[in-house]
Amino acid sequence: MPIRFKINDVAVEAKPGEGLLDVARRNGFSIPSLCHLESVPAIGACRICLVEVRRGRRSKLTTSCNYEVLDGIEVSTDSPEIRRHRAMNLELLLARAPSSEAIRKLAAQYGVSQPRFGPIKYNPLPNCILCELCVRACTELGHHALTTVGRGDRKRIGLPFNKPADTCVGCGACASVCPTHCIPMTDTLTKRAIWGQKHDFVRCSECGAPVITKKHRDHAIATKGLPEDYYDVCQSCKQIATSQRFAAIVW
Amino acid sequence: MTAAKTIDPKRIDRVLARHPQGKPTALVNLLHDLQAEFRYLPELAMEKAASYLNVPNGQLFRVATFYESFHLKPRGKHIATVCTGTACHVRGAPKLTDHISREFEIPVGGTTKNMELTLETVNCVGACALGPLLILDGEYHGNMSPAKLDRTLKTIKRG
Ligand code: SF4
Ligand code: SF4
Ligand code: FES
Ligand code: FES
Repeated sequence: MPIRFKINDVAVEAKPGEGLLDVARRNGFSIPSLCHLESVPAIGACRICLVEVRRGRRSKLTTSCNYEVLDGIEVSTDSPEIRRHRAMNLELLLARAPSSEAIRKLAAQYGVSQPRFGPIKYNPLPNCILCELCVRACTELGHHALTTVGRGDRKRIGLPFNKPADTCVGCGACASVCPTHCIPMTDTLTKRAIWGQKHDFVRCSECGAPVITKKHRDHAIATKGLPEDYYDVCQSCKQIATSQRFAAIVW
Repeated sequence: MTAAKTIDPKRIDRVLARHPQGKPTALVNLLHDLQAEFRYLPELAMEKAASYLNVPNGQLFRVATFYESFHLKPRGKHIATVCTGTACHVRGAPKLTDHISREFEIPVGGTTKNMELTLETVNCVGACALGPLLILDGEYHGNMSPAKLDRTLKTIKRG
């Protein structure tokens, strides 16, 4: 049985157990968010995806990413009250991440340009808002190379035992999902530096472009049962080869 | 770290053997047990514990750094804990930490080179009327003063 409810007075359907934010987006409603990806478990860390949910006569503000949809709820994705709370949360996030372009832009949309708080005393990874998207992505991919360390105002993102992790394959997923782009990752043609390690790239045998780190390739081939030569050629060269084969058939 | 090298893996294994293998739920108990054995959590012990319980290193490290009661650095034979809660603070706790720091040449959180004494602080243990309070190896000493401190700590070897 699908779950039926309303978002901004529009009737929508969802599967039991789905998160409200995912359902809203699928139906074309836009809700801002910083710490949510459909592919990782939602933890409601950034508090930007706030919406109002009415159930019968009760109404509450809640984060939508980790709210499981229910039959008959009525959701508003925007209201002066919602905006006021998002603005407050953005002001707090801006104090943690004063030079993050993404946070500055979003905050500006809510009329916040200069936080009244901060600068915060402890943030060894500048601009990190502790949303744990990096940790969740790395964990979900099965690498388990990142974790939160400590608690309270000393909490930070770090490596197990504070040393480069054997299980980090240099995939770069953590850096690419980070909403504030605060994880240092440097790529050259031959190497990727991330989290205290240097990883050699596999280079495309056609064009020489870096394809994937060798360690990531070995891990992917071993765990996904891909052919040994799967990563020898980069995506764009593969596409060119495919279209040439295709052209040869057509003409 | 020199201290880590002297850890005997057999001692770790003996502690591990008292817990169910492959059971992530035993994590906190096991960490407490390891700490009881070594007075802190040596890295080797944490690594062995993670693979023994089949939890990722990161998950274990998250827990070990989350709870204040776990210590990741070697600690001394004796632990002097000065309460720096509000009541003890206004009754002169800072004088106590300063005094121990100076006498034993260690900062708060530090351990003497001879591994005899570690100086720590705690925020209120509910004995405010006794403040300022020193807890030495679990024993409470109330109404502390620097002079009284010298008497209480006099058997601890300097160095
Ligand atoms: S680069 Fe390393 S730490 Fe980052 S997601 Fe990949 S495995 Fe995890
Ligand atoms: S590093 Fe980026 S993704 Fe990770 S917790 Fe910080 S802000 Fe979030
Ligand atoms: S996206 Fe929901 S709390 Fe961050
Ligand atoms: S403040 Fe020290 S015991 Fe309460």
